[in-house]
Amino acid sequence: MTIPTSSIEQVIPGQGSMAQPQRAKRRSFRFVANKKAATGLIILGVYLVLAVIGPWITPYDPGARGNDLVQPPSADHWMGTTHLGQDVFSQLLAGTRSVIFVGFFAGIVATVLSVVIGVTAGYVGGKTDEALSALSNVFLVIPALPLIIIITSTLENAEDSLIALVIGLTSWSWNARVLRAQTLSLRRRDFVEAARASGERTWRVIGFELLPNLTAVIASGFVGTVIFAVLSEITLAFIGVTSATTWNWGTILFWAQGQQALAQSAWWWFVPAGLAIAILGTALSLINFGIDEFVSPRLRSAGKTKIKTASGRTVRMRIGFTPVLDNRAQHSHATPTPVVRQEVVQ
Amino acid sequence: MSQPVIEIRNLNVGYGLGDQGVRAVRDVNLTLHRGEVLGLAGESGSGKSTLAYGMTRLLAPPGVITGGEVIYHPEQGDPYDVLSLSDSQLRKFRWNETAIVFQGAMNSLNPVHKIATQLTDVLKAHEPKMSETQRNARAREMLKLVGIAPDRMDAYPHQLSGGMRQRVMIGMALILQPQVVIMDEPTTALDVVMQRQILGQLIELRERLGFSVIFITHDLSLLVEFSNRIAIMYGGRIVEEAPASAIYRDALHPYSKGLLGSFPALKGPRRELTGIPGSPPDLKGMPSGCSFHPRCPKAFDPCGSEIPMLENRPDNRSVACWLVNS
Repeated sequence: MTIPTSSIEQVIPGQGSMAQPQRAKRRSFRFVANKKAATGLIILGVYLVLAVIGPWITPYDPGARGNDLVQPPSADHWMGTTHLGQDVFSQLLAGTRSVIFVGFFAGIVATVLSVVIGVTAGYVGGKTDEALSALSNVFLVIPALPLIIIITSTLENAEDSLIALVIGLTSWSWNARVLRAQTLSLRRRDFVEAARASGERTWRVIGFELLPNLTAVIASGFVGTVIFAVLSEITLAFIGVTSATTWNWGTILFWAQGQQALAQSAWWWFVPAGLAIAILGTALSLINFGIDEFVSPRLRSAGKTKIKTASGRTVRMRIGFTPVLDNRAQHSHATPTPVVRQEVVQ
Repeated sequence: MSQPVIEIRNLNVGYGLGDQGVRAVRDVNLTLHRGEVLGLAGESGSGKSTLAYGMTRLLAPPGVITGGEVIYHPEQGDPYDVLSLSDSQLRKFRWNETAIVFQGAMNSLNPVHKIATQLTDVLKAHEPKMSETQRNARAREMLKLVGIAPDRMDAYPHQLSGGMRQRVMIGMALILQPQVVIMDEPTTALDVVMQRQILGQLIELRERLGFSVIFITHDLSLLVEFSNRIAIMYGGRIVEEAPASAIYRDALHPYSKGLLGSFPALKGPRRELTGIPGSPPDLKGMPSGCSFHPRCPKAFDPCGSEIPMLENRPDNRSVACWLVNS
């Protein structure tokens, strides 16, 4: 096919001048613009700050005994006192560091392990897959909490880092399985096959083609493991396996339970610790939702999902029901008018 | 001329809102008559599929319909505007009145369900009073209609060839006997022999069942052969609408001529294939006046400044071009 050069010249300059769409504004901090993620990040930020400075800003020594026994919240003791006159607020602040540290350390250990084992098993396949799958199956059926209890109770006065390591090492298997399954379905996709066919190295295929597609799964696995680790640590302290001298929220609950706080209707003793756990879990879940929307370009590009029609109603954009912005027929439609073939008006 | 089934009036469809938005379909007026095959042709990005999905309100976000009416004339009863139907009315309207066969429809079948299950699923939803034997009988009948042996009912999609799957999809679209079937490049993934077979079958079915078809394709030669009327789209507007034979013999719009000049004729003297220089316009920065004028070999004075409207002509065709309109 030959095109006269003159016509190309005629065409190109014209197109050059008209085809200059304004570049879409680059939006940094897009992740924070997501309301859910922002809320979760703010709450988590407060927790992280408290984890660092908590033990230093406690109004009282969390272990120090006082004369006000089992007092409800007051100006002196914001969250009341325990049976020994200890300040619950100070205990809560002092306990944050341990909880956050164990949660995130265990979460990171478990996530790294699950990504390495799960993705390798799914991508490499064959004997490697069978061995790694067998390994994760074994860890899957090990009852994690009893094992943690046995390990930590044999090691006297186990440190936080050891507890975190034990929790991390026993809780990676579920995520490894999920990641393996996801990798199996991804590795047969055309874009991965194309990458392999064009000679990309295995680490690049995994790092560049596969992992970005797994981000949501990895992130949700991480968040889930952090929540699990926090709950495990609190459970360990609550049942009195770990030493009762280092403070965390579980220790507070341990003493509250031991002294029958509920029967004494000393709600201030256990409610703050319980709420702290719940709010931390909520914050992590909110971040997880945010990550889900952020890493999926399809969800991201949708942008505004609620729009206003001409009649003032707000419609949500959703698949299968395209919104109609301005429908002049809406009013005349109430009484169906006999439609005559309309001549095209000039 | 026979009764209209669907009348599209001043339909405007866009993607996105405000500054970021683009208008993909602009002021389209189009009428589909009962029992007619209407072809929609144009380059990629000319708005053919957007028009079809917009008129059925199937466009995925960020698509929005910014204005216009789509009047549907049911067989009995008063005509109504599809765009003002409520969600539940729209659910009822779809498939019962208008069915659509999607681009690459043969991959729309769920690989883990039998053909029979997927065919009868529609009947379960739309005609709950039907008994199971009736549903199966209907599905069998449908398969027979599209030329697949009814004993393939229990086959899984992977056991069928691409053409068979496509025919199953066409059968599925017709199972509720809709008045209008929209086909969005239903044969692009198939080889030419299969294309011909399926289209032949479609025409036969149309004669038997009497539905109307909107057929979207960029293959103009296909349309010339078996559609009644052809509408040619460019840059979101319809630039020419005429009976198929009239377009083939004597296209009035330079763009239609360009499209027709891009494929070889089977018969007649050999001629050079010309094609159309340049590329389709950017929807974000449409040229002033006629959107085709930067590529048009015959562009002259008014083309760059004023938009030609689609003008009805006495010979039952309409064109939007300053060469023809005065």
